Amino acid sequence: MSGGGDYLAAAFLVFFALLLVYVVIMAVRMSRMERELAELNEIAARRDDDGGGDRDRDPVEVPTS
Amino acid sequence: MTFHGSGLRPLSIATAVVLVAAFALAAFYAPEDADQGIIQKIFYIHVPIAIVALCGFVAGGIMGLQYLRTRDRVWDLRSYVAIHLSLILGVAVLVTGSIWARGSWGVWWTWDEPMLVSFLIVFLLYATYQPLRFSIEDPERQARYASVFAIVAGAWVPINFAAVRMADSFIHPRTLGTTTGGMPGEMMFTFLVALVGVALLYVTLWKFEMTAKQTRGQIRALRRRLAGEQAPPAGAGRSAAPQVHV
Repeated sequence: MSGGGDYLAAAFLVFFALLLVYVVIMAVRMSRMERELAELNEIAARRDDDGGGDRDRDPVEVPTS
Repeated sequence: MTFHGSGLRPLSIATAVVLVAAFALAAFYAPEDADQGIIQKIFYIHVPIAIVALCGFVAGGIMGLQYLRTRDRVWDLRSYVAIHLSLILGVAVLVTGSIWARGSWGVWWTWDEPMLVSFLIVFLLYATYQPLRFSIEDPERQARYASVFAIVAGAWVPINFAAVRMADSFIHPRTLGTTTGGMPGEMMFTFLVALVGVALLYVTLWKFEMTAKQTRGQIRALRRRLAGEQAPPAGAGRSAAPQVHV
């Protein structure tokens, strides 16, 4: 590839690399949210099993992350 | 509360299609520049990113203004996300511009070119936005100060751009409205498709990030409800990003 072609490829690579890094960071955040949701669903299901759907029961201990 | 996830899938598909079309046009349709050769094709990525980044900064200012008018925290979040994305695009503008400068002029950077220096100043100005937010603990005050910053800086962007265009000496090529007849039709068409593609990418990522942040806010609210808390504890977890409470 010519010198100009190398610079052209480098510029487009930088663009795609930045985009890729951004998407990977967002994907990590999404998977973390998915885990948290699953955990909260589990806690809610446990509460339903314990209290039989009574809304005035005592709060359960929820891990804060 | 408005949710930003609607229409994300068709928007993402449209973005991918238009961007691929733009890159294909740049590679196979747009002619090579007689003066600079193939390296001029960096223009089809560098200039649209620069235009969209600057428009994003201005949009962030308008959203900040909306926050001050309505005091609705979602406008602060919108402004924050717009500026955050424009900063990321700003990095791409500086890096692709430096690569173009190296290939075309033989230097990575030159301090006597108003277009380059003015963009760097705008970028560095906005680089202080996140530290400013992080330095203020009270969320209400943080949103207010950040909005004022976004409005003032956003107003300065077009003024700065106009001032630079009125300057006399340039080695940086002019894109639009040149006195020498402008670009050939094929180049202009390719440029416009690339501009639409990058603008769509910006809107898609903005909606994506807004949806993610709102979902995160909902998860936090759900966690609090399950723990029996009514409101988040005061001063809990300082953050530069606005916290949207559901």
